[in-house]
Amino acid sequence: MHPLRISHMCVASSLGNGLDALLAALQSGRGGLRPCTFEASAVPTYVGAVDALDAMELSADLALFDCRNNRLAELALRQDGFEVAVRAARLRHGATRIGLFLGTSTSGILEGEHAYQGRDPETGALPGNFHYSTTQNTFSLAAFLQRRLGISGPALVVSCACASTAKAFGNAARMLAAGLCDAAIVGGADSLCLTTLHGFASLNLTAPGPCRPAAGDRDGISIGEAAGFVLLERGPPRAGDVLLLGIGESSDAYHMSSPHPEGAGALLAMARALASAGLGRDDIDYVNMHATATPVGDAAEDRAVFELFGTAVPCSGTKGQTGHTLGAAGILEAIISALAIHHQFAPGTANTEAIDTAFRSRYLLDSTPLRIQRVISNSFGFGGSNCSLVLGATE
Amino acid sequence: MTRVYVAGIGLLGPGLPAWADAGAVLRGEAVLQSGEVAIPAATSLPSAERRRASAATRLAIAVGQEALHQSGHAASDLATVFAASGADGDTIHAILGVLATAEREISPTRFHNSVHNAPSGYWSLAHAAMAPSTSLCGFDGSFAIGLLDAAVQATVDARPVMLIVYDLAYPEPLAAVRPIGAAFAVALVLTPHRDDRTVASLTLALHHDGAAGTGMADASLEALRLGNPAARSLPLLAALAMGGHAEVGIERIGSACLRISVAPP
Repeated sequence: MHPLRISHMCVASSLGNGLDALLAALQSGRGGLRPCTFEASAVPTYVGAVDALDAMELSADLALFDCRNNRLAELALRQDGFEVAVRAARLRHGATRIGLFLGTSTSGILEGEHAYQGRDPETGALPGNFHYSTTQNTFSLAAFLQRRLGISGPALVVSCACASTAKAFGNAARMLAAGLCDAAIVGGADSLCLTTLHGFASLNLTAPGPCRPAAGDRDGISIGEAAGFVLLERGPPRAGDVLLLGIGESSDAYHMSSPHPEGAGALLAMARALASAGLGRDDIDYVNMHATATPVGDAAEDRAVFELFGTAVPCSGTKGQTGHTLGAAGILEAIISALAIHHQFAPGTANTEAIDTAFRSRYLLDSTPLRIQRVISNSFGFGGSNCSLVLGATE
Repeated sequence: MTRVYVAGIGLLGPGLPAWADAGAVLRGEAVLQSGEVAIPAATSLPSAERRRASAATRLAIAVGQEALHQSGHAASDLATVFAASGADGDTIHAILGVLATAEREISPTRFHNSVHNAPSGYWSLAHAAMAPSTSLCGFDGSFAIGLLDAAVQATVDARPVMLIVYDLAYPEPLAAVRPIGAAFAVALVLTPHRDDRTVASLTLALHHDGAAGTGMADASLEALRLGNPAARSLPLLAALAMGGHAEVGIERIGSACLRISVAPP
């Protein structure tokens, strides 16, 4: 593919609002995971929550979109001068020429959960203040951003579980290549809800303490929430730009909720991403792993990364700090990878004291200054959905 | 403008048991006989997965199989684009119901079936297909954005792409806030070049002139079109059944209308 400029970024997560807060946390190793008190849930686990969401308000004309997921998207949009950048892009290209390629796994389903808790005991009807299409429906996020940002190009929401916002880069890159838009907003949001908390608990995949990616005694994920967006544009790169260089997507064709044990789908996604970028394994300086801290998932990814890169390329997983932000993990870790390139460092693998002795890839436990020109960022999800992104500095 | 070629079609809806049997109704030569949609078992799946597959997954796989057969392609060679507004309403209803109880004990199978990309996961399992697959939502515009995304992928990546668009009715009480009519699904195998299986070419463009989409002249087909996001495909299917040249508008992608020029091979 032709490289695309990532001209602006914004982010909100349990590590704070904006790029500076995220960068400071990644460089210091500070974590965002706390014991879960969300919705009085009895699941004994830690979560990476964004506490500011409870008190947030959307503007009155967007009140129908009010839900935790759209509030989280709004919080990210308010950071890092992103609204100003979108306004400038709208003037440059026109509102119809900016596409929206977003991802989420559960959208505003928390509203549906509340609505079911508030069903009429006589009739079973849902409460009148429940607005399904602008909150729970998966497209709600795109409809919200269309209105919020005043853009009307092609718009879609990818919902491929935990690969969603990574894969949205592929939809955007293809639409830009086909000339259906001149700029693209890529990203998304996933927010805490009982569906994922109790769903992952039902699969025995939630860790009782803060998650420990790649640790020998890792015992599951910590769910987090995050939103992030980037503005993707064609045109000659400017000094200091981070570029989207390649994307690789694959399907495991193995199991609905368990990855291929040898990491075959992960390996294929990384190899396709390198091919799409026209790069070889020697061109990569750092791998931001999916590394959710499940016993099976981390082992499969270790095999795939070792098979491709051996011990030549340092790698780490950042979910010990952010939690697993599910559908938002792709955009959050693409932004983390861009920060790693901008600031020439690799994040560490927080909470992990000792790497699994069976693992063979080259893990970094602590944040480390590192010369980084190009990064692969991995995101894998239920349904065997895999996506790897290659980001790089301008030459 | 994006041009692709249709190499296979699958269809399942009320009174429309398969693309192969739908021509007369779509051409206006026969009256639509409404009735229950019989969603077949997903015989392409291994037995354990076949038992776990929900109605949404079986619906999506059924139309995919019909289009695949007609196209002559191997499933493992096809990238796939799934699109739906609500996807699996029965599963979401069951999970929301359980989460409103004190125990909140979700079934693990229900949880993995609840992801929007569950049919994609089952399809790749059924066919050992490791090709890229995405699962999209565009609310009532799910067919339009799915078709545009699949066509763009076929042309930009120069590969055949299977599009599968489906939706089923939500159970009550969700049905009251999101009424979706009878189950409906459509599949198209799209190729970047004309070949000996080509049945039509589609030239796609987005128009922002505020024009409305094409409706169906027959009242029962029009009700079907408006009742299910996947059935927004009916004007295109009717044009394909006629077999000639046609201009079709599919609402809506944002404020835009997807304009399709249909031409014989």
